[in-house]
Amino acid sequence: MSDIETELSEYILTQIVKRPKHQLDKDTPLISSGLIDSFHLVDLAIFIEEKFGVRIDDSELNADTFDTVPQLSALIRQRQG
Amino acid sequence: MPDETYQTLTQSIIQGAQTDHSRLALVFIDDDGGEESISTARFHGEALTYSRALREIGVEENDLVILVLQHSQMLLYAFWGAMYLGAIASIFPYLTEKLDPAIYLEQVRALVMHSKAKAVITFPEFKDHLSKLLAETGTRVLSTAEVPQVKANPPESAFWPNHSAEKIAFLQHSSGTTGLQKGVALSHRSVLNQIRAYRQAIRLNAQDVVISWLPLYHDMGLIAGFVMPLVCGVPLVLMSPFKWVRDPKILMQAIHRHHGTLCWLPNFAYNHSARAIRPRDMEELDLSSMRAFINCSEPVWMDSHQVFLNKFGPYGLNEQALSSCYAMAENTFAVTQYPVGQKAPVDWVNTRKLQEQRKADPDRPDLAVSTPLVSCGFSIPGTQICVVGEHGNQLPDRYIGEIALRSDCMLSGYYLRPELTALAMRDGWYLTGDMGYIVGGELYITGRKKDLIIVGGKNIYPQDLEAIANTTAGIIPGRCVAFGLFDKSLGSENVVMICEVENNAGNDEEKQQIEMELRRRIVQRSEVALADVRLVNKRWLIKTSSGKISRSANREKYLKELFEDE
Repeated sequence: MSDIETELSEYILTQIVKRPKHQLDKDTPLISSGLIDSFHLVDLAIFIEEKFGVRIDDSELNADTFDTVPQLSALIRQRQG
Repeated sequence: MPDETYQTLTQSIIQGAQTDHSRLALVFIDDDGGEESISTARFHGEALTYSRALREIGVEENDLVILVLQHSQMLLYAFWGAMYLGAIASIFPYLTEKLDPAIYLEQVRALVMHSKAKAVITFPEFKDHLSKLLAETGTRVLSTAEVPQVKANPPESAFWPNHSAEKIAFLQHSSGTTGLQKGVALSHRSVLNQIRAYRQAIRLNAQDVVISWLPLYHDMGLIAGFVMPLVCGVPLVLMSPFKWVRDPKILMQAIHRHHGTLCWLPNFAYNHSARAIRPRDMEELDLSSMRAFINCSEPVWMDSHQVFLNKFGPYGLNEQALSSCYAMAENTFAVTQYPVGQKAPVDWVNTRKLQEQRKADPDRPDLAVSTPLVSCGFSIPGTQICVVGEHGNQLPDRYIGEIALRSDCMLSGYYLRPELTALAMRDGWYLTGDMGYIVGGELYITGRKKDLIIVGGKNIYPQDLEAIANTTAGIIPGRCVAFGLFDKSLGSENVVMICEVENNAGNDEEKQQIEMELRRRIVQRSEVALADVRLVNKRWLIKTSSGKISRSANREKYLKELFEDE
C-alpha cells in the first residue's frame, strides 16, 4: 500500500468507522458497503485537502468518482501533479 | 396569506395564479447551482399538466398516487397536480446511491400493495421495471416523460371541483418497512389549520423568504419547506438535500443571495455546517437577514446551537435567531414553537433526579450535576399538549411522562390502518411516544418511550434493522438488537447493532466478513451506515422477564463494556 493509501485507511478506520484494528480491503466499496455515511463524506474531503493539498469537489463525493481506497488514492496522486 | 374562506389547499394556489400570476412562488436551485424562478402562474400551469396526465390514465378523486421521484421540479408539480384532481398524493423517500435499486423498487411495490395505490409517477428509467413489478396490481405507472408540455391558456374546466375540507389531501410516512405502513392521512382542513396556526406562531409576513434543502418525503420539508410557503405566498428557495449534505455552504450562499429570513433544520445540520464549512467559503457572506433558524425533527442540543453560533456569529448570525420547535406528521407539522426573535432557552435540571425519579428539578448550570435541556416552546394556536403518566393520568409541571396532544390539525388516521390509529389515540389525545415535561406551558423533550432511533432527523425503526440482521448469514436469527447512541460531535444519533453468532463462528477475519455483509445489507435496504457492529457469543444479549430481547438493557450493557475496554 502506498503512503496515501495508508493515511486514508488510517483516517477512515480511526475517525469515521472508529475501529482502528479493522482491515480495509483494497476492494472494499466505501460508500456502498455502508462504512461511510453521507455526513462523513465532507469530513473525508476536508481531511484530504488538509493532508494532501488536493481539492475534492462536492460533486465528486459519490461512488462513481471513488468508492475504494485505491481509487481515491489514484485521484489524489493525479491532482497532486 | 390564505384567505380564511379557503376550504382546500389547492384553492390558494389557483387563486394566486389567477389574481397575482407573476408573483414569485419559488426559486429552484438545480444540481449545477443554476437557479430558476417560478411564478405562481407557471407553477399552476405545470401542476395542471400532471392532473391531466393522471386523469388520462384513470386517476379519480380519492385515489392514491405515489410519487417515486427525486428532488426535482417535477416532484413539486406532480404533488399538486394529484391534489388538483382530489386524489391523495404521497411522496416516497428518494432513491440514493447507497440503496440497492432493486430492493428500493421492491419496497415501492410493497407500499403500493398495502395501500392499494391507483397510480405511481416515476422517472422514465424506472418505468419498465416498476410496471413489471406492479403488473398484477392494476396500478398504473406514469413516467414523467409522458406528461405533456404546459399549454398556454389551459381550459379552466373541471380541475378544481369543490372538494370538501375533510377530504384527505396527502399522506406522510417515515421510511422503512414499519414507517411505510403508517401513512399519516391529513385532510385539507387539518393542513390549513396547521398553516394558519403556525404562521401566527412564527409571525410569518410578506417580507419573509424561506430557504430550504429539506427532503419533501418528511414532514418538516413538506410543510415548512414547501406547502406552507406556497400556500401563504411567501417565496421559497429550494435546493437538494443530496447536494447540501456534501456541500453545506450552498445553504449559506442562498441565504445571502436571496436575503433569507427563515430556515428549518434538524439538529445534526448545525454540527455538520459548523464542521464542514470552511472560513474561506464564508468570506463576503452575510447571514444577518435571518430572523430564525428553527431546530426541529430530532432532539435539540445546546452544544449544537453553540458550535453553530461560534462559527457563524462573525458572519452576521444573530444569536436570537436560534429557535426551536417540536413537530410531527401526526399534527401535520408543528406542535410547539418557541417565540421567534428570542433564542430558545436552556433549562438546567438535576441529572440524577431526571434519570431516577423522572422529575425535572432546576439546578445550577454545571455539567457535573445537571443536564441542559433546550426548550421547544409553547403549543401553537389550536393545539393542546399534556404529559401523561404510566397509568394514563395527566402529570403536573416538571414531572416527566409521555407527551400527548390534541388539535384541529391532526391526522384523520393512519391510512387503511384503523387498528394502528386506535392504538395511538386515547380519549381523543394522540400519544406521541416522546417523553418530556412541561413548565408553565413550555415543552421540554427528554427522550423517547419506545426504541425509535432518529438519525439526522429521520426516523429509523430498530425492528426494521433487526429483521435485516435476522436474514444475514452467520447471525443467529432473532438474536440481535439495534439502538441509537447520541454522538456529540455529530449532533445526532449513531446506530449500533449487537448480534449473536455461533460461539465457534470462526476467526476474526470470518467475523469481519459477517460484519461487512451486515453493514452492506443494512445500507442497501435502509440507507443506515451502522456506526458500530458487535458480534457477540450466544446468550450475551439480555432478555426481559417475558423473554423478549431488551434494547435498552443491551444498550446499557454495551455502554458499560465500552467503558471497561478503554
